Amino acid sequence: MLKYIALKGLLAILVAFTASLAAFLLLNVASDPAQAIAGEDATPDVVETIRIRYGLDRPVYERYLSWLAGVATGDFGESYYWHKPVAELVADRADETLTLALSALFVTILIAVPLGALAGLNPNSWIDRAALGVAVSAQAIPNFWLGLIMIILFAVMIPIFPVSGDNTWYHFVLPAIVLGASSVPAVMRLTRTGLIEVMGADYIRTARAKGFRGNALLRRHALRNAILPVISVLAVQLGQKFGGSVITESIFAINGLGRLALESILGADIPTVQMLIFVFAIVFVAMNLLADILNAALDPRIRIG
Amino acid sequence: MSALLNISNLNVSIKLPHGTLSAVRDTTITLQKGRSLGIVGESGSGKSMTALSLMRLLPRSGDFTADAIEFDGTNLLSLDDRRFAETISGPGIGMIFQEPMTSLNPVYTIGRQMTEAAVWRGMMSAPAARTKAIALLDRVGIPDPEGRMSQYPHQMSGGQRQRVMIAMTLMLDPKLLIADEPTTALDVTVQAQILDLLDDLRRERDMGMILISHDLAVVAQRTDAVAVMYGGEMIEQGPAEAVLRLPAHPYTQSLLNAIPQISGAPGRLGAIPGLVPSIMQATNTCIFAPRCAHAHAACTAQRPPSRAQGGGHMCRCVLDTPPTIVTSVTPLRASAPQPDTEPVLSARDVTRVYTSRRGMFGPKRDIRALDDVSLDLRKGETLALIGESGSGKSTLARILLGLDHPTSGAVFMGGRPVAEVAVKDRAHFVQPVFQDPYSSLNPRRRLAEIIARPLELSGHGSAAENDALVRSTLELVRLPLRLLHAYPSQLSGGQRQRVAIARALVTKPQVLVCDEPTSALDVSIQAQILNLLDDLKAEMGLTCLFITHDMAVVHQIADRVVVMLKGQVVEEGAARQVLRQPNNDYTRRLVAAAPRFEAKTEEMEIVQ
Repeated sequence: MLKYIALKGLLAILVAFTASLAAFLLLNVASDPAQAIAGEDATPDVVETIRIRYGLDRPVYERYLSWLAGVATGDFGESYYWHKPVAELVADRADETLTLALSALFVTILIAVPLGALAGLNPNSWIDRAALGVAVSAQAIPNFWLGLIMIILFAVMIPIFPVSGDNTWYHFVLPAIVLGASSVPAVMRLTRTGLIEVMGADYIRTARAKGFRGNALLRRHALRNAILPVISVLAVQLGQKFGGSVITESIFAINGLGRLALESILGADIPTVQMLIFVFAIVFVAMNLLADILNAALDPRIRIG
Repeated sequence: MSALLNISNLNVSIKLPHGTLSAVRDTTITLQKGRSLGIVGESGSGKSMTALSLMRLLPRSGDFTADAIEFDGTNLLSLDDRRFAETISGPGIGMIFQEPMTSLNPVYTIGRQMTEAAVWRGMMSAPAARTKAIALLDRVGIPDPEGRMSQYPHQMSGGQRQRVMIAMTLMLDPKLLIADEPTTALDVTVQAQILDLLDDLRRERDMGMILISHDLAVVAQRTDAVAVMYGGEMIEQGPAEAVLRLPAHPYTQSLLNAIPQISGAPGRLGAIPGLVPSIMQATNTCIFAPRCAHAHAACTAQRPPSRAQGGGHMCRCVLDTPPTIVTSVTPLRASAPQPDTEPVLSARDVTRVYTSRRGMFGPKRDIRALDDVSLDLRKGETLALIGESGSGKSTLARILLGLDHPTSGAVFMGGRPVAEVAVKDRAHFVQPVFQDPYSSLNPRRRLAEIIARPLELSGHGSAAENDALVRSTLELVRLPLRLLHAYPSQLSGGQRQRVAIARALVTKPQVLVCDEPTSALDVSIQAQILNLLDDLKAEMGLTCLFITHDMAVVHQIADRVVVMLKGQVVEEGAARQVLRQPNNDYTRRLVAAAPRFEAKTEEMEIVQ
């Protein structure tokens, strides 16, 4: 088991570095960073000065290697815009995004899992169709639109929640619902099909033949089997929450990593963008790793080959 | 003796998108305490539905009614689902299912699954349940039962899982045990052990037992009474001896006649024409009449009543006396080939090693699927390749077909090394027929396309020539030409397997490699296919490598036998010789384990 985790962890780190390399190449090769920093109207002289000042005249591989060397010592460079170490900047803002992502995931689980379970236990009933309706709507509605509608409905017309900001947990309610809604369809469908499949399995028939029924049957024989695929998808969804925070944080003016990412991209703050991509990649990979470990813990077929 | 179970006029209906299927009709069963009843029938006969409705395990769309169901003095119809689950499911009636690989929950330990029901019901404490479970595992023949308690189902073989299922069911001390095809998914040697175990346990515990099987031989050996089901009706019922030795219903007679025997001279099998019907509406005729050799006007005028034949033997047929039986058997059409004809397909010292890794970084492991195997397939002979699952039969077949390459050793086609034979020419030399005709035919293509495909791929002949070939091949396998434009889904299992054989024969190959071609089929359908292979051998001198695990089929069809064990050939010889006097220990066990029903074959021919 420990060996399994160690191997998966090693693989995860490799994936994260591959992602960072891809990001680095995109930022540095696909466009001219010096030009981006200087702005479109800058004269070639200014651009050249910037290029030398930020060390952008060195070859790409050399810059990537020195960035890697920095990462190894926890030094992600200095922000061009804020003139602070990027690591410090990211650490300051991580709290808000983490809160938002986790509460969004909580919203997803709260809606999707019970709804999916009800639908899965009563396939083709009215409740199944209603759940499907919810899923299709949630899939079809764009995130930013839902955000604006929620602000109009629950912050302006019926002022229950604040319009924007990140000072109290109260501020996070609407953003969490908006960000969480986007994951509801995938998680709900998987819960539904998982339960339908499990309830039709031979071992459920065996358990019935032993006299289990209703809740006891569900609790003792169906839940663990049905939850296995859901865990994997929840982990991926949590990774996506970090990505999704870019839009949601901007709408609700939350000072988190998502907003920082948007500002840095607009301001060509390359060291910040580079670190954020690396952090998001690590989160994504770490979540998948966590899902693998959880699955192995719950499923002996993975644990004991 | 008092009755343990009394079911009268059970009806099961299943709602389907296009109507209601009447899966079981007016079925009456009586079982005495401590006795065993076998329910026999082909797929779709309603035998499993009968058991599932008794256990209230019918699918959502299913429903049942009955005049009475009495179990051990309780009227089961008066119990609601909760009371039924509390008092009957488990401690009253225990059930074992067909698929031991999937019937245990993969994520919980054997120990938890064994003990949970007894503890949850408050029948005993956890430590007491554990002690009992270990004792039962020991009783059913699981080595190291204490260690096994903490293992998971996937760490055990199919036979062991079925033993665990049996032990688990016995934890609640049921008064009646229902075993629904308990050994169908298992190897022959394991099959015999499990059936013996069930029989011993029944006697020890004075349990009632219902053994459901499609295999008459299995039932004949182990039960006191037998009920034969057909198309949802119980058409014959009585003491096992009487039903199997002196069957009264023409269907039972035909079914017995369709089973290959393991002794005596092999003869043509009595294939039953037509298909098992699915009854969508109430009928007032005999349901077997369309396929019955003795049908006359009275059969379709009314539904035959269930009539007593004496000695508790009941039969649903209008005939007063059973159809007469004479002592003759039609011999096989094909004769054995001349000995020592030249080999057409040979394997020389073939070894196949598979290398696998556990995960991405795991250590390499070598599995020797074939170990130094040599074999000659001679012109015009049928060579049976037998052995249990994992013995390397199918790997050898793939290598002989040129679908896989040996790690070392060589394959010769018509005397030439296989590497020298162009891929296109191989198709004209050897063709496969696979086990499951439900998955080996492309569902989106018409029969004409399926059968013509090998011709197209090898690029021979004009469209007209190919079409003529397809038509003549269809006739060769006894399929009507009107099916040329049908899709596989419109055919029965037997018809599909004929299509698979036609597809293989269309290039006029010298050799057919059949991998378990009848094990997915019902006995009456198997008889049709085995007779067809006999015809093909007689008419075109077909050379055939026939992979099977069924000894009776070997006896029926094979000239020679090769026995494989763990990738090695352990015995080889004339079929008669090997079946009668096996030299190898393993072969002896295989032959001994084959279920046999010593019907007097000579008497089984029915006069029209």
